Amino acid sequence: MTDTATSPAAAPPEVRPKPERRVKPARILRRVALGLLSAAIGLGVWVALWRAGLNGFPSPLAVLERAGDMARSGVLFSDAAASLKRVLIGFALGSLLAIPCGFVLGWYPTIRTIFDPYLQFFRMVPPLAIIPLSIVLMGIGETPKIFIIFLAAFLSAVVATLQGVLSVDRTLINAARVLGAKDFTVFLRVVVPASTPFILVGMRIGLGASWATVVAAELIAAQAGLGYRMQQAQQFYDLPTIFVDLLAIGLIGLAMDRLILLAERRLTRWQERRAS
Amino acid sequence: MTGTQQQAKISFQKVRRVYDVGQGTFEALGGVDLDIADGEFVTVVGPSGCGKSTLMNICAGLETASSGTVTVDGVKVSGPSPQRGVIFQQYALFPWLTVRRNVEFGLRLANISRAERRERAEHFVDLVGLSGFIDAYPRTLSGGMKQRCAIARAYAVNPSILLMDEPFGALDALTRVSLQDQLLQTWSADRRTVMFITHDVDEAVYLARRVVVMGKQPGRIVDIIDVDLPYPRTEEVRLSPEFAQLRGDVWRAVYHQPPAEAQSRRHTA
Repeated sequence: MTDTATSPAAAPPEVRPKPERRVKPARILRRVALGLLSAAIGLGVWVALWRAGLNGFPSPLAVLERAGDMARSGVLFSDAAASLKRVLIGFALGSLLAIPCGFVLGWYPTIRTIFDPYLQFFRMVPPLAIIPLSIVLMGIGETPKIFIIFLAAFLSAVVATLQGVLSVDRTLINAARVLGAKDFTVFLRVVVPASTPFILVGMRIGLGASWATVVAAELIAAQAGLGYRMQQAQQFYDLPTIFVDLLAIGLIGLAMDRLILLAERRLTRWQERRAS
Repeated sequence: MTGTQQQAKISFQKVRRVYDVGQGTFEALGGVDLDIADGEFVTVVGPSGCGKSTLMNICAGLETASSGTVTVDGVKVSGPSPQRGVIFQQYALFPWLTVRRNVEFGLRLANISRAERRERAEHFVDLVGLSGFIDAYPRTLSGGMKQRCAIARAYAVNPSILLMDEPFGALDALTRVSLQDQLLQTWSADRRTVMFITHDVDEAVYLARRVVVMGKQPGRIVDIIDVDLPYPRTEEVRLSPEFAQLRGDVWRAVYHQPPAEAQSRRHTA
């Protein structure tokens, strides 16, 4: 240890390269322009379909008007809140449980061998197919809906976490071991961070699956929610309302996906990425 | 093994490693004996599949021998230890940690105080010339810089042995030469025992005091060539006729190996 004790300590301060690249204004402008173009294309297709007189297809204006009505009466928000609440509870429970389960499955080959068939089995059964069963078992309250969402989120996150653990580079584990890390430290300091990108991808997929599932669950039995409202509107041929709810579902889903993507970018800044 | 000499730093005794391959077995190492003295710089060179990496991994404690033992300072190796620093060909930096955090990794595990960790990390990062990149993530570094960071990380825990597995194999020729010189410079200063695996004959001769040449099927030592060139090794040494002569000897030992049977007879004789 003499070589370190007697060494000159701090290196002279140097000018460091800035770690973050600043986005140029021209690029932002380009982004915005492409975004606007994207919206314009969507609107154009919609108008074209409406003009073609497709069986009662509503105009964008009619839908906007209905959205205004629904927002003013508050029904749009209460529906969205009801759906979101189910998704968030189911998703949070599912992901929270999936991460430790995925780690255990990935880390212990014996446990993996025992439980993997079940995992793959339930993965192949779409959550929607569980709805009849869960209604029979748990009634028509909130529990079966949240349970189905939980299942959708759990399955995608657990598989992703497991995959993450399995794909940890052996060399990194060896590098930690030769630096003095024992099993638990290897797990905590190598396996967990190395699997983080996989877990976040799993959560992203899980959130998408949860959101898709809640709407379907509400179609069957609910007193509020975006899916429920659509179901009601269907009985009255109320196409604008269906459109408003569809748009709300899509936009909320998109927003949630972007949020996770943002978290992913933050948490895995260290990853090698292809420049986009 | 030569009783009169001081105890070897690293001693391989009849180290065998056999892998099960499908129906049969593959003898990666067929009873290797080798002593490395304290402070010695030994390179191990041989064709791929001669078990040179396996030999090093057994010494590192990352693999176990099927039979035979490896002792370090007279103590049998039974697992990895920060005493034996390892440099991998693929750098093996933790991509989620900055250069500083990578270098501090082993120090953290050794429960070294924050202040001392900082100081030591800065010292070794400076030693390998990465001061300007101490807070950079590995992905922003070039191959040579990554390997320098890995070397700093290994040095930081102050191992008594450095095991290097083709550390410069993935680098371009110019970077390789400069890292070889830096490594020799550090070695000259601290005389830490180095076991250096390579497939590059030039590199093997340039760095080592002794070149161990291995052959395959089964993996074994076919020749040990002493390199009587003075340290510090410079470009002058690299371009000297003596160097060329030794390079030729090693080359012939690597590329014109007699078949395994004849060889093992000669060794047992």
